[in-house]
Amino acid sequence: MRHILSMLVENESGALSRIAGLFSARGYNIESLTVAPTDEPTLSRMTLVTSGNDDIVEQIKKQLNKLIDVVKLQDLSEGEHIEREMMLIKLKAARPDREELKRLTDIFRAKIIDVTDVSYVVELTGASKKLDAFIESVPEGLITEVVRSGPTGILRGEKGLTL
Amino acid sequence: MDQVKPDQLTPEQPRPAAGPRPETAAPELSGAEITVQALIDEGVEFVFGYPGGAVLHIYDALFKRDEVKHILVRHEQGATHAADGYARATGKVGVCLVTSGPGATNAVTGIATAHMDSIPMVVITGQVPTPVIGSDAFQEVDTVGITRPCVKHNFLVKRVEDLAETIKKAFFIASSGRPGPVVVDIPKDVTDPNVKIPYRYPAEIAMRSYSPAQRGHQGQIKKAVEKMLAAKRPVVYTGGGVVLGDASEALTALVRELGFPITSTLMGLGAYPMTDQQFLGMLGMHGTYEANMAMHETDCLIAIGARFDDRVTGKIEHFCPHAEIIHVDVDPSSISKTVKVHVPIVGPVQTVLQDMLAVVKDTGGRPDRDALTAWWQQIDDWKGIDCLRYDRTSPVIKPQFAVETLYKVTNGELFLTSDVGQHQMFAAQFYPFDKPRRWINSGGLGTMGFGLPAAMGVQLAFPEAPVACISGEASILMCIQEMATCKQYDLPVKVVLLNNGYMGMVRQWQEFFYESRYAHSYVDALPDFVQLAESFGHVGMRVEKPDELEAAMTEAFAMKDRFVFLDVIVDPAENVYPMIAAGKGHHEMELPPTMSERELA
Repeated sequence: MRHILSMLVENESGALSRIAGLFSARGYNIESLTVAPTDEPTLSRMTLVTSGNDDIVEQIKKQLNKLIDVVKLQDLSEGEHIEREMMLIKLKAARPDREELKRLTDIFRAKIIDVTDVSYVVELTGASKKLDAFIESVPEGLITEVVRSGPTGILRGEKGLTL
Repeated sequence: MDQVKPDQLTPEQPRPAAGPRPETAAPELSGAEITVQALIDEGVEFVFGYPGGAVLHIYDALFKRDEVKHILVRHEQGATHAADGYARATGKVGVCLVTSGPGATNAVTGIATAHMDSIPMVVITGQVPTPVIGSDAFQEVDTVGITRPCVKHNFLVKRVEDLAETIKKAFFIASSGRPGPVVVDIPKDVTDPNVKIPYRYPAEIAMRSYSPAQRGHQGQIKKAVEKMLAAKRPVVYTGGGVVLGDASEALTALVRELGFPITSTLMGLGAYPMTDQQFLGMLGMHGTYEANMAMHETDCLIAIGARFDDRVTGKIEHFCPHAEIIHVDVDPSSISKTVKVHVPIVGPVQTVLQDMLAVVKDTGGRPDRDALTAWWQQIDDWKGIDCLRYDRTSPVIKPQFAVETLYKVTNGELFLTSDVGQHQMFAAQFYPFDKPRRWINSGGLGTMGFGLPAAMGVQLAFPEAPVACISGEASILMCIQEMATCKQYDLPVKVVLLNNGYMGMVRQWQEFFYESRYAHSYVDALPDFVQLAESFGHVGMRVEKPDELEAAMTEAFAMKDRFVFLDVIVDPAENVYPMIAAGKGHHEMELPPTMSERELA
């Protein structure tokens, strides 16, 4: 099963490699990993998507918690949560395909943020599945490149992952 | 700035303030002086090290102080094993100081050894100056990167202002919770003798991201005790965590109160007196028949400070098939890692065992006497197999006989370090330790070369105590250079070499599983160990006949101020039994050939 692990991590130079190294050393899956500073300058927030059976995910969480640099950890998949991922996708938009791509962008409530005679750059935010669906819908051969942020997430309701 | 005299550096005698300074003046120290002063303030007795370019400032600061003694090893691997042996024997943090680059990489084997066995250690490594980090400078390696997977934590100190606090954190992390090695990598410019800052060593430190469990959950403890008292065929299975957690007394009190049989892993030997009637011997791959059979048949396994290592469990699918499992460990990630546990208790083993005993006494509950009597009857039947039997009439020295003789000569009062291989298993089987921290060996990583330097650390910690290193001729050569260190510091260690001419354990596996094709396990061209020991300034002795062994060992141990190298020529064909082959269950042991025709489980 897919799990979204959200962590508060000490904003130290080695923290990211400790976490990435743990996954490679113990043979765990990483589907995606995003990290950025928070409102508290000494902390980074990291969102890691992994998959495995319950025993493996339990062990992953224990091993992550054991790392000195991991301050707090939450498995977002255990509760009601919101998941968002951002994608920038560059499309080949020559004359015959332009209208179709424009319609597709509207249907997905995406935005065209750069236009040339022969290309569009489209920005789309949503759950990862929605991004997958957009990519699926683009007619074959029209994608130049895909840039995805990897999912981030947050719990619903008043509770938060804070110190 | 002027050089500061050593006696002005202690906090009790702060250096007179050079100018107007607020509050009580903290002494102004350079990074190098801070490093040394922090070790002194931490109460460190010995630093095992080897100098080099990146740590020269620190060595210069060390030169002026005698509160902390530096032990010059002959290879950085020796420094880490010596610090490790010191830590295992005393329970205190072992400390090493090595230079950058090859100094650090040589230390890695010892760091990994300590990591696998959860030994508290602080390893200070020099690093190239911060401005050239990343430029492939002379003797530069990414020490923090290389050691990351084999430390509990590591630090790169980039500012001298962070140095004292970082060293405090290193000691705190290394010694608390599940202990482990911590590396502190210090670039040379951070130790610059010309840059002095006020020094204060924090008495306490708190880290928001690190707070090891202090007590076990009381509800879980009650639940565990209920299950223990209800059990018909209980077994207590203990590991190195009992030794590390100084829980030997609490364990002994609880196990005696309950009257349960108890077995131990290689790492836990001595935590419960091995000569006691309730002790079944070691379990696992080379464990006793009774211990492994009890594991297979138990209905309630009480695992304490043990981690269900593959050398203990055998094939997981066959592990304790009838048991409900209680597991006490300070490290939550040890619980249900390989074997599913029914009652997990996260906490220091000492307090959990004390709490368990209190619950037993408070509730007045008693184990099921009839069931327990029947269970002991069964176990005694298994004991009757005499699984450790060997040929006592052999004209050549059997390694088992050598260990038994060692026990006899030392009256069981010995700190015994070991290398890795057959001799290690024979020692574990035939030398019953009645106290914790007396059996010192590399269990998790299985590091050949560990024994001799580890013995140096033990001997320094206990200068008056008898300390021996049991080894094989392959293992001993891996850190043989440390005989020079033993000479320099007059360490009267006794090396008991079980010399069979082979890498014995490799040979045994090749005999069993590779149809006796002994690929490169014969150690051709061995040195003359007697002459070798003598060339280092020590006493060398060789024994080839069983009836000469006791006298030779007695003579060796009578030389209380000399390092003695005892080259004991043993039967090259002897194998370690019982043995559970990889991928087999506890009930599928190979017993000594003389009894293999017996019908077993």
